[in-house]
Amino acid sequence: MAQGIKDHDDKTHPLQGAGGLDHAALSDIFNQDENRVDWHDETLWWIRQKRDKAVNQLPEWESLRETASQIKNNVLSDLSNYLLQFEANATKNGITIHWAADAKEHNEIVLSLLLSKQVMQMVKSKSMLTEECHLNEFLAENGIDVIDSDLGERIVQLAKEPPSHIVLPCIHKKKEEIGELFHQYLGTPAGNADPQFLTETARQHLRETFLTRKATLTGVNFAVAATGEFVVCTNEGNADMGAHLADIHIASMGIEKIIPERKHLGVFLRLLTRSATGQPITTYSSHFSKPRAGQEMHIIIVDNGRTVQLGREDFRNSLKCIRCGACMNTCPVYRRSGGHSYHNAISGPIGSILAPNLDMEKYADLPFASTLCGSCSNVCPVKIDIHQQLYKWRQVIVKNGYATTAKKASMHLMSFTLSTPSVYHVGGKAGRWVLKHAPFAVNNKFNPWYKHRDMPEPPKESFGEWYAKNKNGKQ
Amino acid sequence: MRVGLFIPCYVDQFYPDAAKATLQLLEKLGVDVVYPPKQTCCGQPMANSGFEHLTTGCNELFIKNFAEFDYVVAPSGSCVLHMREHLHDDKNPEVAAQLSNKVYELTSFLTDVLKVTSLPARFPHKVGFHQSCHGQRGLHLSQMSELVAPGFSKPGSLLNMVEGIEIIPLNRIDECCGFGGTFCVVEEAVSAKMGKDRVEDHLEHGAEFITGVDMSCLMHMEGILHRQGSKVKVLHIAQILNGSPLTP
Repeated sequence: MAQGIKDHDDKTHPLQGAGGLDHAALSDIFNQDENRVDWHDETLWWIRQKRDKAVNQLPEWESLRETASQIKNNVLSDLSNYLLQFEANATKNGITIHWAADAKEHNEIVLSLLLSKQVMQMVKSKSMLTEECHLNEFLAENGIDVIDSDLGERIVQLAKEPPSHIVLPCIHKKKEEIGELFHQYLGTPAGNADPQFLTETARQHLRETFLTRKATLTGVNFAVAATGEFVVCTNEGNADMGAHLADIHIASMGIEKIIPERKHLGVFLRLLTRSATGQPITTYSSHFSKPRAGQEMHIIIVDNGRTVQLGREDFRNSLKCIRCGACMNTCPVYRRSGGHSYHNAISGPIGSILAPNLDMEKYADLPFASTLCGSCSNVCPVKIDIHQQLYKWRQVIVKNGYATTAKKASMHLMSFTLSTPSVYHVGGKAGRWVLKHAPFAVNNKFNPWYKHRDMPEPPKESFGEWYAKNKNGKQ
Repeated sequence: MRVGLFIPCYVDQFYPDAAKATLQLLEKLGVDVVYPPKQTCCGQPMANSGFEHLTTGCNELFIKNFAEFDYVVAPSGSCVLHMREHLHDDKNPEVAAQLSNKVYELTSFLTDVLKVTSLPARFPHKVGFHQSCHGQRGLHLSQMSELVAPGFSKPGSLLNMVEGIEIIPLNRIDECCGFGGTFCVVEEAVSAKMGKDRVEDHLEHGAEFITGVDMSCLMHMEGILHRQGSKVKVLHIAQILNGSPLTP
């Protein structure tokens, strides 16, 4: 595979698991093909520019962000009541509500619903929650055939890879690679990489799937507490196609997807797609309120660590996230390391503050995969202080003992040196002496700085030394 | 007005000319500047690596050195942001809080406190201005491209006072250079690539010099320029504003 990452099923090289390569190592592999890095960076930067153009057409953009942030803060401050309100109203509408404490319960509920209808094939539109729960793998192990109907998701499903981006799942794949996949799996002519032709092929292939599947699963973008409705946003209409043709519609949502009232959609729908792709709104923003005659509609409300995050004061507001992916598109690290380097269903800056909550040891590397430049917090439509949380996660991870021994030792040495002026002055002088007289001691392969960068020229004296000679007492 | 000059550790050791220019510029503007000799570092390298709990010594030292001054000025946005956000002292929380509000990055001290309107500086060259993220997004030295808000730039307004200078445009006006403190070695591959890309944007637009408010970003870009054999030089903004950057 292009990124040197092994197949998702390859347990010897787990993409998601302790013992796998960390972000730095995976980025190093990704960066061995510089042309691909440039292409990936430019592609996502283009989307960031589309976003900029779209948001600059709304003079009220910053106040929309602030409003959305406050609505979400309100939701998080009273989440249990909102959820109960949503449950009551949805039930009144004829929807069956299920509660899942974790990924395992979620997956088992889906399986039991399918088995109760003797359905062995399901069509699924994009849902990052089901990626987080590894639903596809679980259902496959239980003999259920799942077809992803979002085009990008379908492509990574054919490639047996996880999505690399929450909105643009196959953004790491060039069109030629997609052509090759379609040739292999869907019988298109070899070497044909025409996007329109490939999309049409996928459309025809999926149409057959839609017509024959009895069950569909969608995600949920917004769940309205006051009405018990939910809204699913797609550009391809695939969620609607699935939901309208299937006998049973299952919708999976995290507990944080609640908004209090329908009118709040007027804020969030304006923010979501402008932030995500620079479009004014998703092509389809479908409202589901009740099952049609003869259809069953189920909502699975999933916790999976979210209440733990809600209890972490410093990290609570990460639950405001509406999954637009703007932080990924703007992140200069993400653009140059690729989504798979985050070895988590949700990549990029937001993934780096969500993942350690689920498994601090496994994702201890992610909060360090940032320069703390702060661009992510600025594009976030719900004003999550992402880069501040990255900094705070670093402190928590170190305090919980997940720093390497070598790093701990070097930090203690640094702390001692920098707290003791005499040691600092001698150390600085010695360091400059080594650089000047024995540069080979520093300029070698053991110094990661030196691999692509030269060390600064050592000056003959430090500023402190110059000041002592020239300035002291002369004021 | 008595100003304590804080020179970040790596500037002290590797870029004394940037520190001298800062001192001379402040003196030229009539400020009474003192450099307390027993200063070291703001503690950010530890804190950003997750070891903020090891910065007590640095904090105590900083307070001991600088509490007496009306203002503390440093030629760095990043170190100043760290002091603004994280300087603390459990024994004297009020002293620390008061001091942290008095710490200024050089260019914002010039624009906001001294309210400088002209500078006796000439620099007839094509210059690329690098927006260092901590100064820009942290201290709001310049408007950020992500926001829908009116533009401004404190360092930019000062550069505009320099005779003969030509500030070149950039494709990406405020993309991070990839230095990121310990990030530059922990995430070597991405850091170096970000640096290469940032340098390339300046080169493509014909920069003869790259300047900025943070020597750390400039050190990173200088390392890349030097490796590429480029003749383009980096200069701290103080060296340009002080008027005579090219003579020792």
